[in-house]
Amino acid sequence: MADVSSDPGRWRDVDKLLARPGNIVGQDFEPSPTLREDIGEIARVLVVGAGGLGCELLKDLALSGFKNIDVIDMDTIEVSNLNRQFLFRLQDVGKSKAEVAAERVMKRISGVNITPHFCRIEDKDIDFYNDFNIIVLGLDSIDARSYINSVACGFLEYDTDDKPLPETIKPIVDGGTEGFKGHARVILPGRTPCFECNIWLFPPQVKFPLCTLAETPRTAAHCIEYAHLIKWGEVHHGKDFDADDPEHMQWVYSQAFKRAELFGITGVTYSLTQGVVKNIIPAIASTNAIISAACALEALKIVSGCSKTLCNYFTYNGTEGTHIKVTDFVRDTDCLVCGPGTLVELDTSTTLLQFIRLLGEHPNIHLSKASVTCRGKNLYMQSPPVLEEMTRSNLQLPLFDLMGKVAKDVIHASGTSEKNDKKTSCLRKLRVVFKGVADGITSMDTTDGS
Amino acid sequence: MIKLFKLKDQKRQDAANSSGNAPAKKQSAGELRLHKDISELNLPKSTIISFPNGEDDLMNFEISIRPDEGYYQGGRFVFTFQVSPSYPHEPPKVKCKTKVYHPNIDLEGNVCLNILREDWKPVLNINTVIYGLILLFMQPNDEDPLNLDAAAVLRDNPRLFASNVRRAMAGGYVGEVHFPRCI
Repeated sequence: MADVSSDPGRWRDVDKLLARPGNIVGQDFEPSPTLREDIGEIARVLVVGAGGLGCELLKDLALSGFKNIDVIDMDTIEVSNLNRQFLFRLQDVGKSKAEVAAERVMKRISGVNITPHFCRIEDKDIDFYNDFNIIVLGLDSIDARSYINSVACGFLEYDTDDKPLPETIKPIVDGGTEGFKGHARVILPGRTPCFECNIWLFPPQVKFPLCTLAETPRTAAHCIEYAHLIKWGEVHHGKDFDADDPEHMQWVYSQAFKRAELFGITGVTYSLTQGVVKNIIPAIASTNAIISAACALEALKIVSGCSKTLCNYFTYNGTEGTHIKVTDFVRDTDCLVCGPGTLVELDTSTTLLQFIRLLGEHPNIHLSKASVTCRGKNLYMQSPPVLEEMTRSNLQLPLFDLMGKVAKDVIHASGTSEKNDKKTSCLRKLRVVFKGVADGITSMDTTDGS
Repeated sequence: MIKLFKLKDQKRQDAANSSGNAPAKKQSAGELRLHKDISELNLPKSTIISFPNGEDDLMNFEISIRPDEGYYQGGRFVFTFQVSPSYPHEPPKVKCKTKVYHPNIDLEGNVCLNILREDWKPVLNINTVIYGLILLFMQPNDEDPLNLDAAAVLRDNPRLFASNVRRAMAGGYVGEVHFPRCI
C-alpha cells in the first residue's frame, strides 16, 4: 500500500488549523508547527464502537493527526454491515469488528497505532477508561451511552466551592445516526449537560398493548410482536429469545407470517421482522460520514484548542435537503450523574444513624426519613418492612466502615424534603468527605506523603 | 488543552504510586431512581414484597397480592418484577407466576395492563404498577382480553365466571385447563 503519510502535502489542511492563529480559536490556544506531532505523541483517544460510525471515526481521527487510538466493540462483522462499514470485506464476515478495523486503518495510514478490544464495554475496569484523554462514541443504544456517561462522569471531582476540577473532566464526543438523521454532541462533565441531564428528551418507545397483539392485530408489526413476545414464550418454555440468533429470528418471521395470513394482513417480511424486533432503522453511509466528521473535528478541537468547541448539541436531518441545527443545552444542576450534589464532611466515627439524623438537620439538605445507598449497596432502607429489617443492623456501624474506608465518595439518599410547607420526596446526591483521612491513604498508613 | 493532558498524566502517575482503592461498581441513574421508589413504597397489608437476591438487588423482586374483595377474594397471586437499568424510561417487566383464570392474564403469565406498556410514563413508579395489578383483581375487564374464553364468560355470564374463578383458585379444572390451588 502506498505510504500516504510521507507525502509532504499530506498534513497541509490539519496544519492550517494547528499552526496558525485565528479569530475563533479556543482559550489558551497556542498555534505551533509542532502541535500536530505533540497531539500524535500525547493524546490518547478511545473510540467506542467499530461499526457505521466507528469505521468512519477511526479513519477521520487517524487522518487528523491522532496516533494513539483504541477501539472497543463486542460485535463480529455481518454481511449487512458491508454497505457502509467500509473497512470490512466479504472475507471478513464473522471476524471481530474492532480487530479488522484496527488492522485496516493501520495498513493505510502509517504512524498510527490502533489497539483493538474485542469485548463488551462493561467488561473493562473503570480504570481502563481513565487512561484516555478523550472518548468518542459511535454507539447504537441508550443503555450503552448511559453506561459510558456514568463512567466518565464518575471521574469528575468538585472543589469545596462546588466547581468542577478541570483535570478530572473527561470529555466525551457522542455521535448517533438513524437513517437520514443524526446528532453529534460534546459532553464536558461538570460544564456541559451530560447524557443523563437531557435523557428525558428521548421520546417514549412505541409499545403495543398486549391484548391488541393477542386478539386484534391490524398491522404487520402487531403480527411480528405477537410472535416475538407472546408465541415465543408459549412454545419455547424457559428459552430466552435471542435477537442475534438467525434461527430464532426466522422462527419469529414464519410465525408472524402465518398470523398475518390468518388476519388478512400484508407486509410481513424478514427484514421488517428484524426491524421491529431489534428496533433497527436502515443505515445510510452518508449520514454516518457526516456525523463522524463532526465528531472527529470536535475531538481535534478539544485536544488542541484550535477552534471553539461545538456548544453543545448538533443535529442533522437529511430527509429533505440538509438541515442542521446547533442547540446550546443547559446542564441539570441536580443531575444525579454529573451534578456536584451537596458536600458533607464527617468524622470517621459517625454512625449511619447519626448520618441519617444529620441529613434532616443539614441546612442545605433537610431530608427526613432518609434511605441511604452507596455504590449499589443499600445501607439503610426505611421501607418496605422486609428491607428495613434486613438493613437495620447497619445503623450502629460507622459510615466510614460501611463505605469501604475511603477518604471520600459519592453517596445517595432519598427521603422527604419540606419546602414552603410542601412535602416532596426527593433523591439527593451527596459528596461525603471524611475529616482527617488523606486521599488514597487511610489513617492506618504510616508512610509519608509524596 | 495539550498542556492540560500532560498535567493530568503527571497527576495520575503520582496517584498510581500511592495506594488508591479504585472504586469498582457503577450505579446507574435507573438504580438510584428505583431505590427511591422502593424506599417510598406504600403497600396495603395484604401485599407482600420480597427480594430473593438480598437487599442490594432491588432490580429483581416479587410481589404477592391477596385481594380482599371481588371475584378473587382470598387467593394469593405472585408476580415477578424485573427492572432494567434504563428505568424509568422503560417500564418494569412484570409476569404473573401463579396460574390464574383471568380475562387479562394469559396462561403464560403475561399481564395486559396499559401502564406496563403503551401508557407507561417515567413519572409513574413501582407503587402505581402494584396498585394497577391489584385493580386487575378487583375489576377484571372483558375489554382487553388476553384470555378470550374468560373474557367471554365474564361478559355473558358473570355467575359462571365467579364459580370458574373459585374452582380454579381451589385447584380444579375450567374446561380442559387445570389450575393449581392458590387460596
